[in-house]
Amino acid sequence: MSGFKTLQGKAAALDRANVDTDQIIPKQFLKRIEKTGFGQYLFYDWRFTKDGLPNPEFELNKEENLGAPILIANENFGCGSSREHAPWALGDYGFKVIIAPSFADIFHQNCLKNGLLPITLPAETVEYLLKCAKSQPYELKVDLQNQVIEDEHSFSVSFSINDYWKKMLINGWDEIEITLQLESSISNFEEKLLAVQ
Amino acid sequence: MGRTLYEKIWEKHAVVEVQNQPSLLYIDLHLVHEVTSPQAFEGLRIKNRKVRRPDLTVATMDHSIPTTDRSLPFKDQVAKKQVDALAKNCREFGIQLFDLDSRNQGIVHVIAPELGLTQPGMTIVCGDSHTSTHGAFGALAFGIGTSEVEHVLATQTLKQFKSKTLAINIHGTLPQGTTAKDLILSIIGKYGHDFATGFVVEYRGEAIRNLTMEERMTICNMSIEMGARAGLIQPDEKTFNYLKGKQAVPDGMEWEEALAEWKKYYTDEDAEFDLTADFNAAEIIPQVTWGTNPGQVAGITEVIPLMEDLPASQIGPAKKALKYMGLQPGAPITEIGINKVFIGSCTNSRIEDLRKAAKIVNGYKVAEHVEALVVPGSQLVKMLAEAEGLDQIFISAGFQWREAGCSMCLGMNEDLVLPEERCASTSNRNFEGRQGRNARTHLVSPEMAAAAAIAGRFIDVREWPVKYNKEVGVQ
Repeated sequence: MSGFKTLQGKAAALDRANVDTDQIIPKQFLKRIEKTGFGQYLFYDWRFTKDGLPNPEFELNKEENLGAPILIANENFGCGSSREHAPWALGDYGFKVIIAPSFADIFHQNCLKNGLLPITLPAETVEYLLKCAKSQPYELKVDLQNQVIEDEHSFSVSFSINDYWKKMLINGWDEIEITLQLESSISNFEEKLLAVQ
Repeated sequence: MGRTLYEKIWEKHAVVEVQNQPSLLYIDLHLVHEVTSPQAFEGLRIKNRKVRRPDLTVATMDHSIPTTDRSLPFKDQVAKKQVDALAKNCREFGIQLFDLDSRNQGIVHVIAPELGLTQPGMTIVCGDSHTSTHGAFGALAFGIGTSEVEHVLATQTLKQFKSKTLAINIHGTLPQGTTAKDLILSIIGKYGHDFATGFVVEYRGEAIRNLTMEERMTICNMSIEMGARAGLIQPDEKTFNYLKGKQAVPDGMEWEEALAEWKKYYTDEDAEFDLTADFNAAEIIPQVTWGTNPGQVAGITEVIPLMEDLPASQIGPAKKALKYMGLQPGAPITEIGINKVFIGSCTNSRIEDLRKAAKIVNGYKVAEHVEALVVPGSQLVKMLAEAEGLDQIFISAGFQWREAGCSMCLGMNEDLVLPEERCASTSNRNFEGRQGRNARTHLVSPEMAAAAAIAGRFIDVREWPVKYNKEVGVQ
């Protein structure tokens, strides 16, 4: 996985609360056994009409949102099923950052493991960003190293992220590789467990 | 200070703990199914890694499989490929698999408890959010993503930050005609479907102690529907009695040792939770969801809320949900007609669920315009139900009697609710499109689903069958 440092780009607004992972990637697309190619099915039931044509009403289909790497969403984003196909689809579609007032637990975890940066900001701040992104073509700059988000005008806000995840994202490290370095701790633990039983 | 049940399990399984970093937690049981595992196995292959403890890993097929005649070939070739991939991966990495020909096949969260694989004090993970079900045994069990599935396969551990703890004290006893499903839906309705995000919930109190093990599984199953990482119930004599004699549970001297170990898992009296909530079970009535998340729920005697009665933050989502559901504020729940009934899923497909539903259905016929399905949670549940003659009760009433699987809960196979059809479902999620594109889902208990199948609309199961008989003129 490549590392993440700063990102500047269009921000698309998806002003809906409780967007669940069934919406992000409907179940009929979960039968694929690959990790790639899910972007074409992202938000499928919202993005396409029942005849399979792009739905002009859907936020992400609007001209100004096409190709945006930043998604501004609303509360409890990613709730429901643990399917990692959701961040795979968001990433494959082109998103790198998701900003929301709150995220569901497993989804949040799944994003971090796929180089997708979920940023939690206060509800008022997200409301402001949603308003900006809905009313005009809007760009944001996300600086993970300094934990700051800025727009081209005067908006600037800092965000928090656990140092562990920050390091993992910036370096694009493989978590399994790191854990495998603790092999002797795991083996000792297993021996101890066996001894008790 | 005393420790909570969660903290005791955590401390027993912490392999490495470093300040401000996720702990490395040892995993006792890893359950695997066909949908969230193929990419994890592929990851192992690419890096030339092995499964560290195939003996602690168990796989089955449940999500994308057909529930119709198993002797027929798969209609869906993409699903077939996924199921074949699981079989190949299990062979290659030496993992026990309960495939479609196995008498132990079934929904992963139904088979692990019934085989006795789920035991108190364990850590259990699965690439499925309803892994919280196993918390009913006092096991720390939660859903993980596919990257984490790969991590557990390779290392038998998981990196986890400790969650906050939430105690929900449930006082009183469940009134006649209400169920564990009504209880958990009432709790989610009261507190909202994301109020437990970041917490591990321990369900406590008289109402919980009075529940059977299967009812406790229904409660813990839906922990994720309020955002919780996991749900827990302290193991007690009911837990131990349930486990005694199960296939994977030790016997003789080893049983005594296991029992002594399991009895260590309880919350100390002086332990403190980060948050505590109280709930009175004695006042609940049968529940029916009217919206597109499990917190949008009302009692059977109630009406769909008027927008002016809702808190400001809920009005927008409620309007959107009602538009999708094709319902109006103020409409009585009992006037909602249905086209489909699904009795099944990891929430409500166990033998007690089927017995209760069969009792309602016995001697009646499914309403003419309704298609109704019973999908047992496992082949063992199915065989037991057939031995008790429940299948015949359902079939004579006009229900379809299927093979075990997840089925219409998420419609990954052919069992779909069609656009704008309305389904009374014993499953756990009423999200938009969950059971099929534009499908309208109402979550209910097995008894309420069974009665709805007969009446063709929602009906108060507490008055079954007296009121219904009067309405249709049966003596």
